[in-house]
Amino acid sequence: MTAYNQMELMIALAARYLEDDSTVVVGTGAPCAAAMLAQRLHSPQLVIMFEAGGMGPQLPSMPISVGDSRTFYRGLSASSMSEIMDLCQRGMIDYTFLGGAQVDAYGNLNSTQIGPPSQPPRVRLPGSGGANDLASLCWRTMMITPQDKRRFVEKVDFITSPGYLSGPGAREEAGLPPGSGPYKVITQLAIIGFCPQTLRMQVESLHPGVTREDVMENTGFELLWRDPLEKTDPPREEELRVLREDVDPYGYIIGRG
Amino acid sequence: MHTYVISKGGDDLPEGTLFVHPDPDAMRDWFRAKPKGMTSKLTSAREAIGELVKDGDYLAVGGFGTNRITTALLHEIMRQGRKNLGMSGHTATHDFQLMAAGQCLDRVDVAYVVGLEARGLSRSARRLFEQDQLDVTEWTNAALAWRYRAAVMGVPFLPARIMFGTDTYEKSAAREIRCPFTGMKLAALPALSPDVALIHVHEADVYGNAVISGITVSDWELARASKRVIISAERLIPHESIRSQPQRTTIPYFCVDAVVEVPYGSFPGNMAYEYFSDEDHLKAWLEAERDPETLQAFLERYIYGVETFSEYLDRCGGLDRMQELRRLEFLLDREVGPAPAAGEGKR
Repeated sequence: MTAYNQMELMIALAARYLEDDSTVVVGTGAPCAAAMLAQRLHSPQLVIMFEAGGMGPQLPSMPISVGDSRTFYRGLSASSMSEIMDLCQRGMIDYTFLGGAQVDAYGNLNSTQIGPPSQPPRVRLPGSGGANDLASLCWRTMMITPQDKRRFVEKVDFITSPGYLSGPGAREEAGLPPGSGPYKVITQLAIIGFCPQTLRMQVESLHPGVTREDVMENTGFELLWRDPLEKTDPPREEELRVLREDVDPYGYIIGRG
Repeated sequence: MHTYVISKGGDDLPEGTLFVHPDPDAMRDWFRAKPKGMTSKLTSAREAIGELVKDGDYLAVGGFGTNRITTALLHEIMRQGRKNLGMSGHTATHDFQLMAAGQCLDRVDVAYVVGLEARGLSRSARRLFEQDQLDVTEWTNAALAWRYRAAVMGVPFLPARIMFGTDTYEKSAAREIRCPFTGMKLAALPALSPDVALIHVHEADVYGNAVISGITVSDWELARASKRVIISAERLIPHESIRSQPQRTTIPYFCVDAVVEVPYGSFPGNMAYEYFSDEDHLKAWLEAERDPETLQAFLERYIYGVETFSEYLDRCGGLDRMQELRRLEFLLDREVGPAPAAGEGKR
């Protein structure tokens, strides 16, 4: 079996969720690598989109910016922010990937500030960008994120983008489109879904060599556990080969693993 | 004229400040008075900024942060020392970094600022927030894009299904409304008409008819929503080129107040089909911001100590560097081998 690093593991696992003939809005980095990997392996007709307007590119290399010229290279269309966000709002986008400095058990994300909303921030972060829009409007939100206690917290300092908010019914009550919300969280330790009853994070699968204790030690809130708990099928030779040779040959992303 | 009641935020309402009040009748009057004659608007960056950007104006920059941005016009705003500007932070990265470093801002509608995507966070920009030097209202990229669109349509707001349930909403100046047809909750996004829009395009004629190639981001809307529009163009083209291919026109001349020709005008940003971003220079920016003294020296060298954008380009490696960035844009390393080492020797 080929050795792999944590970033390669997370990208390979995320790519498996992107089925052919579906649509996904991504940013740069690991999510883009996952989408490219899926497109090259099992989903040649996966339509990759970027919020700045890039639609259906055949990405020649990893983009540096969500709006750089790679994001519409050999694309279906070089469109606009409005066009991509309209697609999301009218229900055309199956998947999106988001991340943040903090996430809670309901998948609510903070990318705005460290410190309470009532005060000037201890650390100011970029803000929503398109994240709130994508989390509000895309059918299924996924996350590829390192897991530790600093990031997986009981309460995020600032809810930038909505997960399941305070639990069942909360998104709909707040005014968000029904049937949308967080789907999978892929970390270096586990694949985490959301319990259908409580909408809190529920560990579905542990990666090879990882124990329940490892996951709990790196989480600042109480996790639910699926029964039976599965063991993650590690990256296959073919996934790693395409990822290394074709998707990210210079190691811009997987080099960080 | 109507008198509009602007509901004040706070209590149960989102508490963000509404920096630009949506008043479609005032905008109709503005657009009625806007000159429609097709006259040459060709000018210099210095004159365009001098005449069309005033202290206190609310500014919006086209493109997407480090892509198709109006670097030359922003440098000129810094050199002329504009103060107390408002800014639309619709993914404003290097453009926001410039305005922050130049201490030109006192308020911002944030969707995405401070960060330069994966490259890191701008210290100049962070400082403004962490030292409480800005009036800040939170939005999202779609919210700002749709706010421009409401202004384009000449209506005071557009409804949308975003932001609900979050602190982003609580810190915005959106309002909750009920749909009269379905009864569903909607977020009313107030029309946004910036005082000045700065937009970098691929081609323009002297009248301001402008062509953008590649993604337009929100610039189709921005050019139509704004009171004044300054275009910087990679190259001037004959008016006849517009007439012979009218389907290519992104912005018609009557939206535009000034046209400035600036080759490589988006540098160090990317310009699709022209040149790629200069990642070395963007990195140098982030490093210079680590402390106020190194930043001042950096700004002196690249912005305050030069008079024109072409002098700036010379200090960044000049034509040799532009040639490398052009090869990067066209992915030519695969055909002609890697570009010679990133122009570092020049700086």
